[in-house]
Amino acid sequence: MGLDIRWPIGLMFTLIGVLLAVFGAVKASDSVSLDININLVWGIVLLVFGVFMLLGAISGKKNPPSA
Amino acid sequence: MQTIHLQWIDYTILIAYVAFVLGIGWTLSRYMKTSSDFLTSARSIPTWVTGLAFISANLGALELVGMAASGAKYGIATAHFYWVGAIPAMIFLAVFMMPFYYGSKARSVPEYLKMRFDERVRFLNSVAFAIMTIFASGVSMNALAKLLNQLLGWNYNAALWICSGVVLLYVLKGGLTSAIYTEVLQFFMIVLGFAPVVYLGLKDVGGWHSMNTSLQGVAVATSTNYAANAWTSTWQPLLAGPAHNPMGVDWFAIVFGLGFVLSFGYWCTNFLVVQRAMAAKNMTAARNTPLVAAVPKMVFPFLVIVPGMIAVALTANPGKDYRIPPPVIAQANYDQAVAVVKTATPADNAATVAAVDKALGKDVNPDKIAALVTANSTAKLADADIEKGIYFSVKENDYDGVILSLVKKYCPPGLLGLALTALLASFMSGMAGNVTAFNTVFTYDLYQAYLAPAKSDSHYFWAGKITTIAGIGLSILAAYFASMYNNAMDIIQLVFGFVNAPLFATFLLGMFWKRTTGTGAFLGLFGGIAGSTLFHALTIAQGNLPGVKGGYIKVLETFPSEMAQNFWLAAFAFTVCFTLTLVISLATKSMKTDAELRGLVYSLTPKTVDHNLSFWQRPAVLGTILLIICLILNVVFF
Repeated sequence: MGLDIRWPIGLMFTLIGVLLAVFGAVKASDSVSLDININLVWGIVLLVFGVFMLLGAISGKKNPPSA
Repeated sequence: MQTIHLQWIDYTILIAYVAFVLGIGWTLSRYMKTSSDFLTSARSIPTWVTGLAFISANLGALELVGMAASGAKYGIATAHFYWVGAIPAMIFLAVFMMPFYYGSKARSVPEYLKMRFDERVRFLNSVAFAIMTIFASGVSMNALAKLLNQLLGWNYNAALWICSGVVLLYVLKGGLTSAIYTEVLQFFMIVLGFAPVVYLGLKDVGGWHSMNTSLQGVAVATSTNYAANAWTSTWQPLLAGPAHNPMGVDWFAIVFGLGFVLSFGYWCTNFLVVQRAMAAKNMTAARNTPLVAAVPKMVFPFLVIVPGMIAVALTANPGKDYRIPPPVIAQANYDQAVAVVKTATPADNAATVAAVDKALGKDVNPDKIAALVTANSTAKLADADIEKGIYFSVKENDYDGVILSLVKKYCPPGLLGLALTALLASFMSGMAGNVTAFNTVFTYDLYQAYLAPAKSDSHYFWAGKITTIAGIGLSILAAYFASMYNNAMDIIQLVFGFVNAPLFATFLLGMFWKRTTGTGAFLGLFGGIAGSTLFHALTIAQGNLPGVKGGYIKVLETFPSEMAQNFWLAAFAFTVCFTLTLVISLATKSMKTDAELRGLVYSLTPKTVDHNLSFWQRPAVLGTILLIICLILNVVFF
């Protein structure tokens, strides 16, 4: 079917990752749980995952899977 | 306790998720041209996508809520639902059964039954399945609406209708493909939304080892029957007997009832999951779908069961200020109880306790209330502290609230939105899975087969859409029904026991013994379902009153726990169905020739040749590797 699911997954997690990380960086005092700025840390994790998915989608577009 | 007010960041995450899910539906809607596009995805989806959808459709709200509840009630032994009750059956489906499902070109599991046996078997199965999907979907929706009500103070009815509305929109737009694609998105959302909660929880209890030490203390304190490892070992407490483990089951019930009958009945014959594999683009992709799914399934216990164990470990540490949440009590009732405690004197504790019980509508621990009143009369406490004291004194535990209480405890704004969105995602994937399975079965196996045969494809395309709307409407009714039960998992297991347990006997005989006849299968299946209903009516679990929980005709047998009752019910239903099918098949004449059964029965089907695949891509090889890993997990947590 004509939609590579990696696009929406990648876009969504990149967006949420950036949101969370920026929120964590700006409002650090609101973001701490057990002495960790969990919003910042987890935002970066989501961002990395999202970008990874997007890269997959881009390379999938260049080299469409054969079967 | 107080509900949480979400901040803009939480709402933004939630809205972003809903927007993407709806966006997928809208993007896919232009590819929806025929009933087959809408109901079966026209067999076009890659393996990793069907694999993750396979697992995500199974990962309804009941998994996150119910498994955390079970983790708290039963400990690591809950992992039997994965390492015994899922992985072996998923591998069996991939290696042995998928060739028949996919190769037969059937559009649904009931349709396979029609090809293999006759109309009667299909009818019985499709009706039973349709009812079951509606119930499963209803339980899932009820769980979500309850959570949103507890966590955010949203109106139960509004939460139920709005969330169902979102699922309706994207399923109606993009059909099965939309459900499968969003399930993949939901899979990642659930994993990435809950992983930080588990991490923070483990950190708080001092790591894995220290969590286990706390749990050992709890086990010994709970009952003199329990060994220290009752919550921390999977097999040893079972081998000690039903009185020595919190599940109240023995190893035979787990291995035969759960591991064989319920598990194979669910994973190998339930169209909800099988449908995902049938949407794969080719036979290899279809066979590898359950194997791809088995990988995350194997590690899910750490995501969904461990939170329950963390919660119990927290209760053992008074400094952590945590209890298993009590049932939800309205703020107005807490206010009344606070007023009672404020004016109470230590001398008249019995009257105070009675008044607090009345105000809350729940029993409280008299000692804790006495301590609270004494503390308040020595030095006036703030209302919030009194309320907290009352919260800690409610006797009853609501295990379904465990996961939510941890989310509240550990998530700051932002992460809270993410975890909440993950919960929402789990609910939606479960519901969409059920609805897409329901609309296919209803449209093809009931509507096209009996009500309106030989119409144009566009007619069935529209029938599929209308069925989707009806399915969601019925699910909402089922949700209201489900709201009457405490542990969603138990009721679902019960329904699976009635419907699925006998079914696997039919498939086992039908697929692997060509002599099985339509009459044998039909009467066997019928007998199996009737047998399980009768079994339920004649047995009960300890502590339950005869009625909806069983024993409503007469109590012939009392089981140590509801779970034991469910597992034995499944084992009984399977045995009845297997025996009846076997005996009746021998006594009746087969209506199908060998040629007609080609591709449907093991001995008459040419073996799938995997020579074109490299060694590591062959389902049998992958399945063996997964089985070995699963075995290792069982040994490690023995």
